[in-house]
Amino acid sequence: MDIHEYQAKKILSGFGIEIPIGGIAYSPENAENKAREIGGSKWIVKAQIHSGARGKAGGIIICNSALEVAQAADKLLGKKLVTKQTGPQGKIVHRVYIEEASDIKKELYLGLVFDRSSECIMVVASTEGGMSVEEISKEKPESIIRSKIEVAVGMQKFQAREIAFGLGIDPKLISRTAEVIIGCYRAFSELDATMVEINPLIISKNDHILALDCKMSFDNNALFRRNQVSELRDKAQENSNEVYASDRGLNYVSLEGNIGNIINGAGLAMASMDMIKLAGGEPANFLDVGGGATPEKMVKAFKLISQDEKVKVILVNIFAGINRCDWVAEGIIQALQKIKINMPLVIRLAGTNVEKGNKILKESKINYIEASTLEDAANKAVKALKELGKN
Amino acid sequence: MSVLIDKKTKILVQGFTGKFGSFHAEEMIKYGTNIVGGVTPGKGGQTHLNLPVFNTVKEAVKNTGASASILFVPPAFAADSAMEAADAGIKTCVAITDGIPSHDMIKIKRYMRRYSKTEKMTLIGPNCAGVISPGKAMLGIMPGHIYKEGNVGIIGRSGTLGYEAAQQLKNLNIGVSTSVGIGGDPINGSSFKDILEKFEQDNETEVVLMIGEIGGPQEVVAGQFAKQNMKKPVIAYIAGLTAPKGRVMGHAGAIVSAYGESAVEKVELLKECGVIISKNPSIMGETVKLALNGKKN
Repeated sequence: MDIHEYQAKKILSGFGIEIPIGGIAYSPENAENKAREIGGSKWIVKAQIHSGARGKAGGIIICNSALEVAQAADKLLGKKLVTKQTGPQGKIVHRVYIEEASDIKKELYLGLVFDRSSECIMVVASTEGGMSVEEISKEKPESIIRSKIEVAVGMQKFQAREIAFGLGIDPKLISRTAEVIIGCYRAFSELDATMVEINPLIISKNDHILALDCKMSFDNNALFRRNQVSELRDKAQENSNEVYASDRGLNYVSLEGNIGNIINGAGLAMASMDMIKLAGGEPANFLDVGGGATPEKMVKAFKLISQDEKVKVILVNIFAGINRCDWVAEGIIQALQKIKINMPLVIRLAGTNVEKGNKILKESKINYIEASTLEDAANKAVKALKELGKN
Repeated sequence: MSVLIDKKTKILVQGFTGKFGSFHAEEMIKYGTNIVGGVTPGKGGQTHLNLPVFNTVKEAVKNTGASASILFVPPAFAADSAMEAADAGIKTCVAITDGIPSHDMIKIKRYMRRYSKTEKMTLIGPNCAGVISPGKAMLGIMPGHIYKEGNVGIIGRSGTLGYEAAQQLKNLNIGVSTSVGIGGDPINGSSFKDILEKFEQDNETEVVLMIGEIGGPQEVVAGQFAKQNMKKPVIAYIAGLTAPKGRVMGHAGAIVSAYGESAVEKVELLKECGVIISKNPSIMGETVKLALNGKKN
């Protein structure tokens, strides 16, 4: 789960990391008042969307008066921002964060992630703050410092000091920098995060170490024990069909193509999408209804896919194990009685009692195209799509 | 021989009396698996499915001599149960549970480092379909009848895609020595490499089919291991050609975040290691068949 920049800042400040004074605003008036409240003569107005690279997309505006702050907020609120990370559909700005401007002496990068090969938490730091970590590793790989932290014992002071010295920090700021690094580590491990990134982490002209921009992501599997974090979820930042699906226990990812998929199991779903691509089509989504493919899940899945305007053909691929194909077939028929589908439907069943399942489907009134193998299903779905184009 | 389990392996069910645990315990017993009892804290002394229930894994091991266990414990308590199994001397533990936090998985693995190599438990999963040695024993939730006895080792992350492979093999009259589901989580008990190592040692296994997917370094690490240490052919299929970068595709671990983690890149890296690639999921069986024939010629 992702959260907004201002939420991440609030969390990190609770772990002893200094942040510029700021506040959230939902309207231009609100923003103007916030600017006056914060004081000073220079502010940054930042669009709050779940994405980095907002600056290049026009989502961050520097203002020299409270009036300019109001104008910037007016410009951003309700706007769709398309960044490198949002994809072409972009994300809508519903709130802006107003922050006092900082005098920057030095910009650093600090990130923490899970390292899957060593199964440790990896701290990544660089003197080249302000650039994305991908850009840094491409352009200034020699500036990157990595440190593996053993979760069972936690981060030691010397490890944080080593990173700080490695960044060439002024000796009198070393222990303060180390505290920031350890604070990030604690936030990561105590809140079940999967990513903490401060970019840039700055040293101001008056020698304060400040988090200027932050990002945090959390382990969905651990939200059950992190109420404080799960309350920060902003569904408006997520694809509405994906929210609908995740609220109903379906694993769904919206994609760009036009062949809708209903599949049981994540691996089989990815494999079926691969077959669609190899057959010359593009999947409209990833959808895993779970290994069991229960009738209730099938109803929800058909409803979800039929809501997607991109979808022109639906491909159902169910491998029935302990739940038999005949039972799955009954479930599909029940689902189609509740949800009307007005497009070509390809169904491939496999596994236990497959003959019986296919027989039940054939004898029912549903209008569908039967497929035998993964390849056959993908080919038939792509063919059906092409025939639609001809008419 | 087969890897991890055979007909004689004595098996405990952790989370025995729950709905899910009971259902699959019955399925495993029907398959001929030697289930000797179960553990549900607080229900010790009761009988369930005509088998004894114990309060602790230690007590269960002491009374039954069990050496393997299968875990149907909810995510919040699963890490605790896995460590309890390790401490009680269980040698193979299959964790079916989906949704264990990554921090908990790291904790389990760190905890298990206290045991010497010979005493250390092999943890399979979590978020997996389990292990089956066809005709011998089933320590999992798969439909047993789709697996034919034979000489192909299977290692995969996904449940249903693994079933698909077993079915394709069966349709070609090819059987499986053992199929091991290592699960779809980013941090898992055993990696592809860990299981390849076991298959290389197993005299019943002739070739190994590895069913991987996007995300993480494990498939490529396994490929490098195969190149350096294996005589047996390894066949691989990597799912997720169409997966966009940075999105989780169902499995918590199926996310492309770095170089070498996409399907195309993994396939390239595996090819460099001499692994035989099944270009699409519809020909996994055929590709294994070709490799088996190649071996005989």
